[in-house]
Amino acid sequence: MSLLARLRPGLLLLVLLGCRAESVTPVVVKFWAMGREGEVVQQLVPEFERLTPGLRVRVQQIPWSAAHEKLLTAYVGNAMPDLFQVGNTWIPEFVALGAIEPLDERMAHSSIVRSDDYFPGILDTNVIDGVTYGVPWYVDTRLLFYRTDILAQAGYPQPPTTWAAWLDAMTRIKQQVGPANYAILLPFTEWQVPVILALQRGATLLRDNDQYGDFRSPEFRSSFEFYLDLLRRDLAPRGGQAQIANLYQDFTSGYFSMYISGPWNIGEFRARLPASLQDRWLTAPMPAPDGGYPGTSVAGGSSLAIFRGSQHKDLAWKMIEYLSEPPLQLQFYRLTGDLPARKSAWADGDLAHNRYAHAFWQQLQGVQSTPKIPEWERIADKISQYTEAAIRGDMDVDAALTALDSDVDGLLEKRRWMLRQAKNVGPAVPAAVRAEQSEGSAGTAGATH
Amino acid sequence: MKRVGPAVVLHLVLAVAAGVTLLPLLWMLSASLMPAGEATAFGHRLFPSTVTFEHYRALFTRLNLARDAANSALLAAAVTLISLVLNSMAGYAFAKFRFAGRDRIFRILLAALVIPGQVAMLPLFLMLRELGCINTYWGVIIPGMASIFGIFLIRQYALSIPDSLLDAARIDGAGEFRIYWSLVLPVCKPILVTLAIFTFMGTWNDFLWPLIVLTDSDMYTLPVALANLVGEHVQDTELMMAGSVLTVLPVVIVFMALQRYYIEGIMSGGVKE
Amino acid sequence: MTRPRINPAYGFLAPALAVIAVFFFVPVVASVLLSITDFDIYAVASLANLRFVGYGNYAHLLRDPLFWVALKNTAYFVFVAGPLSIAVSLTAAVLLSAKLVRFKAAFRTIFFLPVITTLVAVAVVWRYLYHLRFGLLNYGLSLVGIGPIDWLGDPAWAMPAIILLTVWKNFGFNMVIFIAGLQSIPDRLYEAASLDGASTLRQFWHVTLPMLAPTFAFVAIITLIGYFQLFAEPYVMTQGGPGQSTLSVALLMYQEGFRWWNMGYAAAVAFVLFAIILALTLVSLRLRAGAPVGTAEPQRGLAR
Repeated sequence: MSLLARLRPGLLLLVLLGCRAESVTPVVVKFWAMGREGEVVQQLVPEFERLTPGLRVRVQQIPWSAAHEKLLTAYVGNAMPDLFQVGNTWIPEFVALGAIEPLDERMAHSSIVRSDDYFPGILDTNVIDGVTYGVPWYVDTRLLFYRTDILAQAGYPQPPTTWAAWLDAMTRIKQQVGPANYAILLPFTEWQVPVILALQRGATLLRDNDQYGDFRSPEFRSSFEFYLDLLRRDLAPRGGQAQIANLYQDFTSGYFSMYISGPWNIGEFRARLPASLQDRWLTAPMPAPDGGYPGTSVAGGSSLAIFRGSQHKDLAWKMIEYLSEPPLQLQFYRLTGDLPARKSAWADGDLAHNRYAHAFWQQLQGVQSTPKIPEWERIADKISQYTEAAIRGDMDVDAALTALDSDVDGLLEKRRWMLRQAKNVGPAVPAAVRAEQSEGSAGTAGATH
Repeated sequence: MKRVGPAVVLHLVLAVAAGVTLLPLLWMLSASLMPAGEATAFGHRLFPSTVTFEHYRALFTRLNLARDAANSALLAAAVTLISLVLNSMAGYAFAKFRFAGRDRIFRILLAALVIPGQVAMLPLFLMLRELGCINTYWGVIIPGMASIFGIFLIRQYALSIPDSLLDAARIDGAGEFRIYWSLVLPVCKPILVTLAIFTFMGTWNDFLWPLIVLTDSDMYTLPVALANLVGEHVQDTELMMAGSVLTVLPVVIVFMALQRYYIEGIMSGGVKE
Repeated sequence: MTRPRINPAYGFLAPALAVIAVFFFVPVVASVLLSITDFDIYAVASLANLRFVGYGNYAHLLRDPLFWVALKNTAYFVFVAGPLSIAVSLTAAVLLSAKLVRFKAAFRTIFFLPVITTLVAVAVVWRYLYHLRFGLLNYGLSLVGIGPIDWLGDPAWAMPAIILLTVWKNFGFNMVIFIAGLQSIPDRLYEAASLDGASTLRQFWHVTLPMLAPTFAFVAIITLIGYFQLFAEPYVMTQGGPGQSTLSVALLMYQEGFRWWNMGYAAAVAFVLFAIILALTLVSLRLRAGAPVGTAEPQRGLAR
């Protein structure tokens, strides 16, 4: 009896913490951000809260490695945030789920978010079937980070502009640094580099309206062979990322002299490399297969998106506008090293004179998006899986590409079925919203909650 | 003289084995106290050059691990308390009551122990979503409220309660729940303590289900938060080690304090099958 | 007139059985149903996108090279780590049960400690211990002249690395069960054997092992069931890599289900896993039922 009485307050507490939480005032907007950006954006929030009284923004930081999973889990579990950062290659997926709010109208009426001030290649990744779903927050593309001193010693005072020159430079570097070191680090568990090389060669990756894999095309094959060649010639460590304890220590020691990476490493390199190395590294756009320097690269980056079922869409939009102002874009850049999505922000002194960012400016003029379909993440994962298999010698190139095509065809089977059924594969309108539109009444199960 | 030799060898072997067993945990502790960067520097340090608590400070301030520890503690306590009550009631019923299909149901439950938990996970997730329990404490508590293993342990123990004791109480006019609460539970205290330790530690260490169900970082338990940290801070060895120490410390303390019950529990379950 | 009495047992059973029925058995059954559909992320958006595929997922599973890789890896793990772990546990138990040993409780505690530690935490620690260039393990090996092994980066060594971690973490548990089994062997059997002139080794072979057979069988079965569900170690340490060499069936199920949201397919994988575990368990039970048990053996072996 007394035990039960003692337990009762505890049980009561548990019930109160229970499932359907009540809403509290002031209004809280939940914002999910990833990686370093997630850590930093928390510093920008107090000012925003000061400008918009009665509003609190709760930032949750999620590591990139788990972000995709977590967003999908949250969607399926009806626990989505109001505002979230989203990798722009994921946007088609969320559009297909009906999880993301179209933004064209808001953008049209906004004085702050102006579509002509964004890099076209980047903005394009946010547009599915003519509808814009995200506002670019910062841009990302991949290009060459390299050791100027080691490259100069190898006979290249200027970075290589063609694949042939690039290969030659790496071979010379390898000769210089010896068998225990390498010319370039290729993290082959990531899909970006093989895809970049393929896009440069003009490969389409998928064919027939993105219904089938096209990995046995001559364009993809030739870029794939080029990539594998780098490892065959021992220009890159076969252990890939696992062989690196500390990227920055190894770059400093000359374990590798080149690395294809993104803008976040500008800040990291400046912070983590020793002072003695700071004037011995630089960035350069990707070499092109033949002429036409720079070679194209992937249009990456993150956008800000609003959850379609959010109760605070207008407030979330205000946060987006706040973060999209050029001064804020610059401040964000200063804090993270992430490059602004707004072109006008680049004119500022800080960024305009940043010699590392200059290569990115060049590269961003020519970036391409990957196929804009929901299955892209899986396909990218398969690409890295078979790239790894080919590198390890588990499969030869033919077998790997055939298997890749076969797997990708399998992955796309549902898409083909849905297209055949003439269902709305693109911006899937949740049942609730459709019902609203047709009957003016609340719908059944759907994304809204 | 002849007898000393084997004894010495035996103890030596055991000591080496103990050392090897403890080495990873000791290194974990040692590295957590090293200044940043030292654990992976060349020279393979075993001991910190200077002892620093900066990583622990970082965990509690910047990374807010105290909240995750509180979540772990709350969930472990809740599941333990609730499941103790439910399991003991059912175990007592299987041991001391007669009802239709009693043995058959019990055998089915035992057989169900073979089913891997992952089979149930996906539909359970969808089910809890409909109940609105995703990203809530209840999402973690509900599946743990009763366990077949717990019922089994209690039933085995309760079998040894003399029927005469219970009958005497009934003749005196005591209600069934009263008998359970005031008579059976106190007698079962040893197995209850064992089960409580099992459940507490099991819930504390549980990783996969909280990882899936808890989407808000405010709700993370320590293992989930730690896995999250690995995603972001794999470069920061010493910080990760400090996180590991913090995660492991509570269960180690509970274990050291109550190990007698815990180990007896395993032994009784194992030998009697 | 007496009111028919409801068996009070039902009141005691109801809460626990209700929880188990609703939150375990129902999902298991639902899992079977899920496995005959192609429930995926499109279906989450709208149930109209759901199709019934009958045995389609199972057929796809049998054709999927990734499933066979996962099965092979899991079998490799179970049939290497299993016996290894049991052998280590038994050895430790025997050593600790020797009459000559002092500080038994201390040793037992130390050997048991890895069992209760949080798996995620120790997996993180071992990740660093296994590092190619900075890990303590390679450092130790270098002291005896063995070259650095890329534990987590080399497909040939990644699963052994996980096996080593698992054995270290779990041997204490089975050790305790073996200790209990050893303690239950009556001393007079050993006395009789030594009177007959049997050496320690022969005593072990003819007294200890046969008497331990039931315990052995129990340990083998629970180890089998547990090891087939290998998930957390590869999830934290290798994510199934390198080159899919540590992809286990349970990890594959997790990836398909919770990363890609192919829930129909994942349910099929989970169900196949269950079927395999069930089959092996039944086989083990049958084997054990057929094995000779009891006191007949030792006397037969030692009678002169």
